Amino acid sequence: MEMTTPKDLTEALTAIDQDPDAVLLAGGTDVMIGVNFGETWPSHVVGLRRLAELTAWEGNRIGAGVTYRRLEKGPFAALAELSRTVGSPQIRNAGTIGGNLGTASPAGDALPFLAAVDAEVELASLNGRRTLPWHEFLVGVKRNAREPNELIVATILPEAMPPRQAFAKVGIRNAMVISTVSACLTRREDGTTTIALGSVAPTTIRARKAEAMISSEKSPTEAAIAEFGRLVSEEIKPISDHRSTAAYRRHAAGVLAKRLLERCL
Amino acid sequence: MIITMTINGGQRTVEVNTPTSLLNVLRDRLELEGSKQACEQGECGSCSVVLDGELVCSCLVMATDCDGSTLTTVEGLGDEDTLHPVQQALVQAGGVQCGFCTPGFVVAAAALFDEHPHPESDVIKEELAGNICRCTGYGAILRALEELAARP
Repeated sequence: MEMTTPKDLTEALTAIDQDPDAVLLAGGTDVMIGVNFGETWPSHVVGLRRLAELTAWEGNRIGAGVTYRRLEKGPFAALAELSRTVGSPQIRNAGTIGGNLGTASPAGDALPFLAAVDAEVELASLNGRRTLPWHEFLVGVKRNAREPNELIVATILPEAMPPRQAFAKVGIRNAMVISTVSACLTRREDGTTTIALGSVAPTTIRARKAEAMISSEKSPTEAAIAEFGRLVSEEIKPISDHRSTAAYRRHAAGVLAKRLLERCL
Repeated sequence: MIITMTINGGQRTVEVNTPTSLLNVLRDRLELEGSKQACEQGECGSCSVVLDGELVCSCLVMATDCDGSTLTTVEGLGDEDTLHPVQQALVQAGGVQCGFCTPGFVVAAAALFDEHPHPESDVIKEELAGNICRCTGYGAILRALEELAARP
């Protein structure tokens, strides 16, 4: 096996330009499970863990290599909150926000936050840089819009972040579980509300009808909050799998939506 | 490729040419068998080490990504003559049953106490959530660490 440990971004981009099949290794929490269980046997690995351009975090531009452990202590309330729920300390010290985007699992815990705030994903190749809105980047179950010669270098949050934001997820225990349902809700002073959910569709999704309904309610009544939960349950497209049933996911999504809204009022 | 790491204060060099975990290299190539191999998916914490200052599961680290890294394994924390305070606390409180998970708990708890010498009970539970004891001896482990946290 060939190992490339690039010293800077240009070296990393050159390596994957020459070998688009190279496996990108950041925190290792996804790649190494495949290696340990004999599911992947990479012939070329590009190690990104120590690349300064990726671990940089300035204001609303979060480098792809920033770990959950760092996000836990950051200024974005819901992002910090969700980061504390990821895996365990060992996993949070290794796992990165760029890895979450790269894997593009419907259950990726950072993704509902990025969707709720309308974050962008910055990609780089030797040909230059481009940014995609999150919904153009996440295209399917474990599929994203990254080209083989591109690296995810950062995620960019909007300048005006919603002042109220909250995250919650349901799983079978507190630590070390993949979410059964996850949700992130934001609300602005004028009532504008967004809600994004994970593990309830092929990609992270926004419940736009529910958002439109509750955004017009300046001081939602109990009935409006209940209707919001109902609309969220209706709008998602969950499946039954080994982690849960579709019916439970619908129910749980509605409960989370109501709870998060109440926390943000 | 040849990888050189500083492990428990000493320099170690090993040739690794396959995709394999740091855990496998520690155990099979460097005779450091204190880190235990169990789930191989980061769920159990029994392979915990401190890599470049961060507590991680060594089963989820690719060995070839560690050239130039600094590592502390359970072997670097204490020995039979001089136990690490975490080890001493576990012995005193009966916090060891079959012992398989113990090295991982020791490394994780030592990392916690390095950062917070007097953690609250809830913090201890949160920070050790990545370590599983299949004997379910959590009560005694928690008591051991609470006693250690309460020491001046």
